[in-house]
Amino acid sequence: MRDVAIVAFAQTRHTDHDAGQTEPELILPVIDEVKERTGLKRFGFTCSGSCDYLAGAPFSFVSALDALGAWPPISESHVEMDGAWALYEAWVRLQHGDIDSALVYGFGKSSLGDLNTIMTIQLDPYYLAPLGLDLLSYAALQAGAVGADRKELDEIVRRSRADGRANPYALDLPDPDGEDFAVQPLKKTDVPPITDGAAAIVLAAGDLARELCPNPAYIRGIAHRIEPHYLGMRDLSTSASAADAARAAGVGKGPVEVAELHAQFPHEEIILRRALELPGETVINPSGGPLAANPVMATGLIRIGEAARRILDGDASRTVGHAAGGPCLQHNLVTVLEA
Amino acid sequence: MPSDPLVAQHVLEFPGGYTRTTGPVIGRFLSELRGRRIVGVRTNEGKVLVPPLEYDPATGEPVTAEYVEVGPAGTVTTWAWVDEPLEGHPLDRPFAWALIKLDGADTALLHAVDAGNAKALAVGARVWPVWSDRPTGHIRDISHFAPEVTKIVSSVRAEYRLQAGGALRVFLEGVRRGVFLGGRCESCDKVYVPYRASCPECGSGIADTLELPDTGTITTFAINNLPDPRAPQVPFVSAYILLDNADIPMIALIGDVPAHEVRQGMRVRAVWVPESERTASMSNIRWFAPTGEPDVELS
Ligand SMILES: [Zn+2]
Repeated sequence: MRDVAIVAFAQTRHTDHDAGQTEPELILPVIDEVKERTGLKRFGFTCSGSCDYLAGAPFSFVSALDALGAWPPISESHVEMDGAWALYEAWVRLQHGDIDSALVYGFGKSSLGDLNTIMTIQLDPYYLAPLGLDLLSYAALQAGAVGADRKELDEIVRRSRADGRANPYALDLPDPDGEDFAVQPLKKTDVPPITDGAAAIVLAAGDLARELCPNPAYIRGIAHRIEPHYLGMRDLSTSASAADAARAAGVGKGPVEVAELHAQFPHEEIILRRALELPGETVINPSGGPLAANPVMATGLIRIGEAARRILDGDASRTVGHAAGGPCLQHNLVTVLEA
Repeated sequence: MPSDPLVAQHVLEFPGGYTRTTGPVIGRFLSELRGRRIVGVRTNEGKVLVPPLEYDPATGEPVTAEYVEVGPAGTVTTWAWVDEPLEGHPLDRPFAWALIKLDGADTALLHAVDAGNAKALAVGARVWPVWSDRPTGHIRDISHFAPEVTKIVSSVRAEYRLQAGGALRVFLEGVRRGVFLGGRCESCDKVYVPYRASCPECGSGIADTLELPDTGTITTFAINNLPDPRAPQVPFVSAYILLDNADIPMIALIGDVPAHEVRQGMRVRAVWVPESERTASMSNIRWFAPTGEPDVELS
């Protein structure tokens, strides 16, 4: 295994509305920022994550390449999922040994349509999508299966929103109050905000990592696991795939100072904390997490970026970044980062 | 920078829908639905997957060719309540999404349950499918599920025609004139109101009527909190009123006084409807209202 590290991370100041930027306009500032931080103008490999259904435009990732400088031809790939999986692909690519740097980015504007029903399109077309099962409804089914204490859920939302207010990139959102239900048992304040935004990360391998950055965040473990898509074939109160991915990535091999979890709903944080076997000392989502800013398709990449930033800044020596995809935490990716 | 936002709408749609092949496994399930049967498929390990998948999600092995009819009833294992249904949801009124373990299945089917309100549903609830009118081979051939039948409501209604002929007619004719008629038993020396033809104590006939005043005393009363078409409002008070000179109390409504101020021994007087509206009916008396006299000590 080659040593591969995160050497730069940048994200947009996310908005809760469409600020009118095209996708290249959204991405350009974060690409420029990581280029400036690393001094790199070209990368051995480029990989992005996004979802055409957010904008309702096919191949929207192709037009987004305008922000990169794709000529002369670059070595490029795309995943139709969160940018965290683009990072995984780039990490695999770097393991080949012939290149030393990779640019990874993710972006999404969930303000353009009705995200709740757009996410219905990701469900299987035979059994679930024809029912019109929406994002909040399947999340509420999982919340029901967890059966968590309401006070604990409210506390997770309150903590996330307070941390979000202290994070200049996240949104300023109200604290939970009242009993206004989205889909019971989920309250409206349990729902992640509609967010537009993007993020970029630079990976470097071998000696290049230390040349580009005084405190590279080395990827000491990275793994992803997936479960059956159909919700009735799983125990929704737990996440076997998150637990397996955490074990494969070696989360438990040392203390975790900070964990950034892709928990869009407060009950997901409870499931993930248990699956990753995180002790009480681990600080969860100091950035505010997805409950404070949820730019879909960049949210997971931002979790890894935020976990890396603690090491890049010299504030932590061992952190975990987590990303999730699919309905009810179907697919989980866990990254262990060390100084 | 332009000052007005430049906004455009666009729609992503596959006109006429997107045609998909089902393959033999899902196709079998949907064909059975068209026949109003729900089937699962057996895995090599003997589990019954509902709805069927081509592969056992636990092992990745292909499933067997054995299809098993399950349900139609099942048990709710997880549910969530939708107060505001969206376009495209199976029901246009508040409903639950539920994972339902159909009888004979090892996995749960996701569908909608029409339970009326969230309190009517719980984990463990038994539900049955309600079929759409014309099944076509689609997951929505099951319109939704509904709670198991555990009670029915049977209605009872019969009509009668009553005639006031004897003593009752005499009494009601008195009421038409604004007078309460009673009768005294000569042998017991007791005055009964309403007027009756015989004494309930000794059986003697009572021949003559006796006019009684429309004032009296409350002997006991009840505060009613259920609405009644005859009552002025809720709560209302019904009371036993011992008319002056009578030995038997009469039941009537009490009005013109807050319910909590009504008491035993209170002096009351009948409130009659205006003379022009009077009929031979007890509705001539709106209710009894306090007279303001001092209370009477009841023996
Ligand atoms: Zn008698």
